Amino acid sequence: MFPLYDVIVVGAGHAGCEAAIAAANMGSKVLLATMNMQTIAQMSCNPAMGGVAKGQIVREIDALGGNSGIVTDHTMVQFRMLNLSKGPAMWSPRAQSDRMQFARLWRNLLEQNDRIDFWQEMVTGIIIKQGRACGVKTGIGLEIPSKSVVLTNGTFLNGIIHIGEKQFGGGRAGEKAATGITEQLVKLGFESGRMKTGTPPRIDGRSLDWSKMELQPGDQVPGKFSFTDTPVLKNQMPCHIAYTNAQVHDTLKTGFDRSPMFNGRIQGQGPRYCPSIEDKINRFADRDRHQLFVEPEGRDTCEIYVNGFSSSLPEDIQYKALKKIPGFEACKMFRPGYAIEYDYFPPTQLDLSLETKLVKNLFFAGQINGTTGYEEAACQGLMAGINAHLTIKDEEAFILKRSEAYIGVLIDDLINKGTKEPYRMFTSRAEYRILLRQDNADIRLTPKAAHLGMNEMSKRMEIVNRKKQEQKAITKFFLTTSVTPEQINPILQQLESAPIRHAVKLNSILLRPGVNITTLSNALNYVNKFLSHYSDEAIYTSEVNIKYAGYIQKEQDMVDKMNRLEEVRLNDSIDYFELKSLSNEAREKLDQIKPRTIGQASRISGVSPSDISVLLVHMGR
Amino acid sequence: MLLSDTIIAIATPPGVGALGIIRIAGPKAFELVDHFFIGADLLKADSHTIHFGVIQNEDEDPIDECLTFLFRAPNSYTGDDIIEISCHGSSYVLQAVIEIFLRQGVRLAKPGEFTMRAFLNGKMDLSQAEAVADLIASDSKSAHDLAIRQMRGGISEEISKLRQELIDFAALIELELDFGEEDVEFADRKKLQELIYKIRKYIQQLLQSFQLGNAIKQGVSTVIAGRPNAGKSTLLNALLNEERAIVTEIPGTTRDTVEEILNIKGVSFRLIDTAGIREARDQVEAIGVERTIASIATSQILVYVFDVTQITPQDVHIDIRSLRRENQAVLVVANKMDLNPYTKPEKFQLEQIPIITTSAKNRMNIEYLKESLYKLVIEEEVQEDSTIVSNLRHVGALQNADASLDAVLSGIDKYVTHDFIAMDIRQALHHLGEITGEIHTDDLLDSIFSRFCIGK
Repeated sequence: MFPLYDVIVVGAGHAGCEAAIAAANMGSKVLLATMNMQTIAQMSCNPAMGGVAKGQIVREIDALGGNSGIVTDHTMVQFRMLNLSKGPAMWSPRAQSDRMQFARLWRNLLEQNDRIDFWQEMVTGIIIKQGRACGVKTGIGLEIPSKSVVLTNGTFLNGIIHIGEKQFGGGRAGEKAATGITEQLVKLGFESGRMKTGTPPRIDGRSLDWSKMELQPGDQVPGKFSFTDTPVLKNQMPCHIAYTNAQVHDTLKTGFDRSPMFNGRIQGQGPRYCPSIEDKINRFADRDRHQLFVEPEGRDTCEIYVNGFSSSLPEDIQYKALKKIPGFEACKMFRPGYAIEYDYFPPTQLDLSLETKLVKNLFFAGQINGTTGYEEAACQGLMAGINAHLTIKDEEAFILKRSEAYIGVLIDDLINKGTKEPYRMFTSRAEYRILLRQDNADIRLTPKAAHLGMNEMSKRMEIVNRKKQEQKAITKFFLTTSVTPEQINPILQQLESAPIRHAVKLNSILLRPGVNITTLSNALNYVNKFLSHYSDEAIYTSEVNIKYAGYIQKEQDMVDKMNRLEEVRLNDSIDYFELKSLSNEAREKLDQIKPRTIGQASRISGVSPSDISVLLVHMGR
Repeated sequence: MLLSDTIIAIATPPGVGALGIIRIAGPKAFELVDHFFIGADLLKADSHTIHFGVIQNEDEDPIDECLTFLFRAPNSYTGDDIIEISCHGSSYVLQAVIEIFLRQGVRLAKPGEFTMRAFLNGKMDLSQAEAVADLIASDSKSAHDLAIRQMRGGISEEISKLRQELIDFAALIELELDFGEEDVEFADRKKLQELIYKIRKYIQQLLQSFQLGNAIKQGVSTVIAGRPNAGKSTLLNALLNEERAIVTEIPGTTRDTVEEILNIKGVSFRLIDTAGIREARDQVEAIGVERTIASIATSQILVYVFDVTQITPQDVHIDIRSLRRENQAVLVVANKMDLNPYTKPEKFQLEQIPIITTSAKNRMNIEYLKESLYKLVIEEEVQEDSTIVSNLRHVGALQNADASLDAVLSGIDKYVTHDFIAMDIRQALHHLGEITGEIHTDDLLDSIFSRFCIGK
């Protein structure tokens, strides 16, 4: 009934969709297996893509030929560039999505790819022969053969949903949990753990009094995620900001005795940065209010997402507390918030390619690795899809360095440090964030994807090459064109910047605090005229490169310095237990993870700098 | 390099002494020594015991009577099995004993290998191991104290305190960067500035202490300079209390620099006597003058000596101003006071430089001069128990950290956005981390999550 597939992807969330399409674009024959084809690419939680650090990841996915950016651009209802008051490393695109359109477009894109087949059923096991994954077993007893398997099970593995004292099996509201896979993998020697996440109640927007909330509109000139020619957003929808108060908190507290969080029924570790509302008022008792973002779920629905009100308290308590929020007095609930516990596999059991160390040709991506977030999941899916293809073709794995992409930071963190709570990306996790900007993701990564031979990359390379040429021309213009005191001093005076006495090159003016390309372009006709020939993207990236050249160089120097440690290879055959001066923890971790280089070893949690000096001394350095 | 080797070396300095000690370490130490040692069954003896007997060679010819000191793993210096053989201090005997073991496949230890093994076996950390080398090389009380303090972990503690303060602040900045959308308090630039001033002040102190730390390790270089026949060589001899330098009435007698070690209350001074500075009369003297100038440039203390009967206050001032290097500690010695006891030293006073009146020939005020030299080094710069940096690697790290902090301050002045400021702070943390241990970004996140209510 089935051909021999190159790659079977289990699960069709953000990780699964990117994995399937990436493997197919690499040339593999792919089967996407999901329990329910109506819920492909569901936004189970927040109807939004991007945000600080996450927006950078979506840009990177797009630069590598993934589709999350394209789908978002086509289906968003609001766009904001966050952190505009901060420097270019912090600029982070964020979109409010139309949840239903988002899922529909993803499914269309997958269906348009004739290398992708679909199968709707629960996968209950993996077929493993001689330590190699070679297919999956399904709930009704089918065996589907393949050369590799990518697991992207999300929150479905033995998922348990908690609402107050009620608890029931399920992978998402109204959907059943997946069983069998954890049990099989644990029997094979995998370590598994439990994690917890939660989601807020959904509200009927018709029952809210918007006049009592603050308006949060989108950007006047909306940007987008994809470097391709996706459409620019029109007709933005606003979000709103509301606040909890003492009454809300008191009402919530009346349900604490029935909270699965506080009575110990939930054992999985939840994320500290995305706490439930009850956790917030419990841990930060001195705060008399908390901010809530009231977000639309789409254009054609009145459903509302209350961002910041995630809860697993009993539904009646959630309802009563909501009604105490100004603007929510008459609110009607579509469904209560809930907490969900699920199985994950500590990601230190993976190689940097996301292949498991125990079973060859078996890859994990997304929440199964202990991460949280659509963006984090999607980028792992993309990498796992590419690497599944490369592995069966016996080619070298595609691995991004920490200095090359947030994706590299994410996977390196997971593999070396593991994670005790759902892992979310932050810019502070990246040591080279000035290099890893959203504006240069295409220049950083598209050539790498093109080099892999991914489908349809030639068009993207044309865009990148054009941008590079434009950048070169713009940079040259600023370095070689002079400006006279008569031309520029009036503007400098306005900016309270010291006037110049002799003609200087434009670039020296641009380096001054408070001056940017727009200032110069507005003030100087010939600059304006010159720049009118170039794209906004190229102008912006050139500006950053000129204006922050010193910092960029400093960070590049740091990369080069650290790369020297990345080049010191560690032999797989080192017996770490022989090195008595290593701490016990370091010995075990090094033995388990078997780092490829000293640089990687230095990032393993539990491996201290003195352990690293031991390794260096041992190797005779 | 293998930890499973057995290694051997002579542990006492080369040359003839009453005793000579051979140290042999590694898994075969007991078996092999027992085989060639007659007097006790070492294989059955307890650790930390001493046994008298005779070492004999393969032909059962006795080589020497000796004592063996037993240390069983892991309770030994390196963590391996160790036996120290205390023989008579003849280099022939020691060599003969060593050769017996070399023939058995024992390897001659490389310099520092015992300490390196101690490090690899987890007996000490890197900076402690570095301090051991200093301890062995120390030849004055202060150098010894310093090495001991270092070995016990002195500087890292202080630095990690500062680093933690900086981490807490960096966390505030990261909070603002990663959670700018949320309702949280942000970093106050002014407080950051204050913190950085504080840290830089401390780093500066540590860096200055390096000069002292280094001085204690190497001896404080002290150059004695002045015009010909001012009595510099006499002064050197008086300080050393011996006739080290040739002294005559003829100006220009000292043609080359002469260097001697003087120990004042445990601090070593490297005293450098120099040729008098004047228009040279011949080529040899010219070279001598050149060397004088060079010595002054590289010395930590300049002792300027003049003859009170021969020179005007203006000349003294001109000499000092032209000779001393920036920030150099200077002592002025008004010599030959016996020839003109009514000279008022105040008229030679320049700025705050101390003047000491002496008669080197009569050893007048020499003890006071010594006291002044000691105070110049110790009392001005060190208080009891303050941390002293003597490690060049630490100095490099401190200098880099200081440069990064300077960049933070200039960034704040120029209203650079916080992502760039955070970058310089991270670099500063990185450099401080080179002394104490690496910083992980997890530290920052932990600091954030424990202190602030984050999350939508």
